Amino acid sequence: MSRKVSQHIAFITFRLLGSLVVGILFWILGFIIYKGISVISWDFLTTAPTDGMMSGGIFPAIVGTLCLVIGSIIFAFPLGVMSAIYTNEYAGNGWIVKFIRVMTNNLSGIPSIVFGLFGMALFVNTLGFGDSILAASLTLGLLILPLVIRTTEEALKAIPNSFRTGSLALGASKLQTIRKVVLPMAFPNIITGLILSLGRVSGETAPILFTVAAYFLPKLPNSIFDQVMALPYHLYVVATSGTDVGASRPIAYGTALVLIAIVLLINLLATFLRRYFGKKVKTN
Amino acid sequence: MIEAKNIDFYYGDFHALKNISMAMEANTVTAFIGPSGCGKSTFLRLFNRMNDLIDGTRLTGECLVDGQNIYSKSIHVDELRKKIGMVFQKANPFPKSIFENVAYGLRVNNMGDKSFIRQRVEESLAAAALWDEVKDKLKKSAFELSGGQQQRLCIARALAVSPSILLMDEPASALDPISTSKIEELIHSLKKDYTIVIVTHNMQQAARVSDKTGFFMLGDLIEFSDTKKMFLSPEKEQTQNYITGRFG
Repeated sequence: MSRKVSQHIAFITFRLLGSLVVGILFWILGFIIYKGISVISWDFLTTAPTDGMMSGGIFPAIVGTLCLVIGSIIFAFPLGVMSAIYTNEYAGNGWIVKFIRVMTNNLSGIPSIVFGLFGMALFVNTLGFGDSILAASLTLGLLILPLVIRTTEEALKAIPNSFRTGSLALGASKLQTIRKVVLPMAFPNIITGLILSLGRVSGETAPILFTVAAYFLPKLPNSIFDQVMALPYHLYVVATSGTDVGASRPIAYGTALVLIAIVLLINLLATFLRRYFGKKVKTN
Repeated sequence: MIEAKNIDFYYGDFHALKNISMAMEANTVTAFIGPSGCGKSTFLRLFNRMNDLIDGTRLTGECLVDGQNIYSKSIHVDELRKKIGMVFQKANPFPKSIFENVAYGLRVNNMGDKSFIRQRVEESLAAAALWDEVKDKLKKSAFELSGGQQQRLCIARALAVSPSILLMDEPASALDPISTSKIEELIHSLKKDYTIVIVTHNMQQAARVSDKTGFFMLGDLIEFSDTKKMFLSPEKEQTQNYITGRFG
């Protein structure tokens, strides 16, 4: 077989496989939209479920999921970014840093249900937060912490050292160098990592199972110590243990569609923020 | 006035500088030449303590600037680096506007108010022979400048915080001949206000810009004398071989 032919075959194979991935994605999306679009209405998005979750909307679950996303980010973002700054900018390359890195990677390999159980044991019971937004936000925060740390570290590593030495050589302190040169440059990539973890948080079911999620709670939370419904868990409930699973199937698909739409919106926001901060940092 | 006394410097086990002593006078240009890896850049970076940033290095001996040992415990490194500016081999402007690049050192060191900063930025850009080229686009990104302009911007940035000494680590090695000659002219004009130490790979450059030249090889300072004398009648055979291009 000539080189030209083999090259051609390889190219077609790669292209087919590449298109296959996109194809699968669109198939899933199309399937969910096809099955779920019929129940989507203004009422569906803005009212609570009624009739044993056979009709009505999913508003409390949307609000609940947003609460959890925001709560976990408030916890995980500062902690993760600061840990990454420590390991990448301050700690040098000793065994402590290596140990922290290995442990961070291990943390990201722990199944999410284990985080759920841990969250229940620590936040819900020991610390007495009860089933609450707070307990679940902390649990989800722990879950995404490794992701935030790793992406931030990568973002910091991508900044060439010449910018740091240039700043230090002008008499700037290390902290000033990080704050005024390194972080602004790394910010677009840090934001990307943050958004990836947002998507993860909004879809996780296991960690909220024992820490916040209500089976049926048709009202909005008043404080961070309240329980809420959440989209992934509501989806699970409607699909498996409703009063009439077959009849409530469209509601399940509708819920899935809303969940996907939220993740998509968050990702769009990320792209926008990334562009915005990328422009503020005047690179070419 | 800069003085090095019996400097030994190690990267881990590697003995990079061997018992080096030399003195550089105020308002002169001193050039360090020598083959790659001879220690000339390492020696230069001792004077603003840039080597501190590398793990596993060790120094013995004394580095005196205006009679004060800059490695003594009472020295504040950030203050020292303000006093002793540095220009790097590759231009490294920050991803900020031209104005903000020059203002950066003033801002981080809390030097002066808005109008002072504006004035100082203009003076520094003028001193670096860049003002006329950029005065209408101060808000533009520094990355829009050419390589030679970026390097002069880095010089302006270093001048802004009013150092007394300027260390230059092969400042023209990545530039074209025209930009190089501009940098060399600049060094000439800066000499009256600053003490300049320049590391260069280019012997003609050393001959053109410097008053005194030090020749390094394998961590030793082989010869240190007036530039004219060094290039016309070097004392050591190794120097003779190097400047006539027999190795290096």
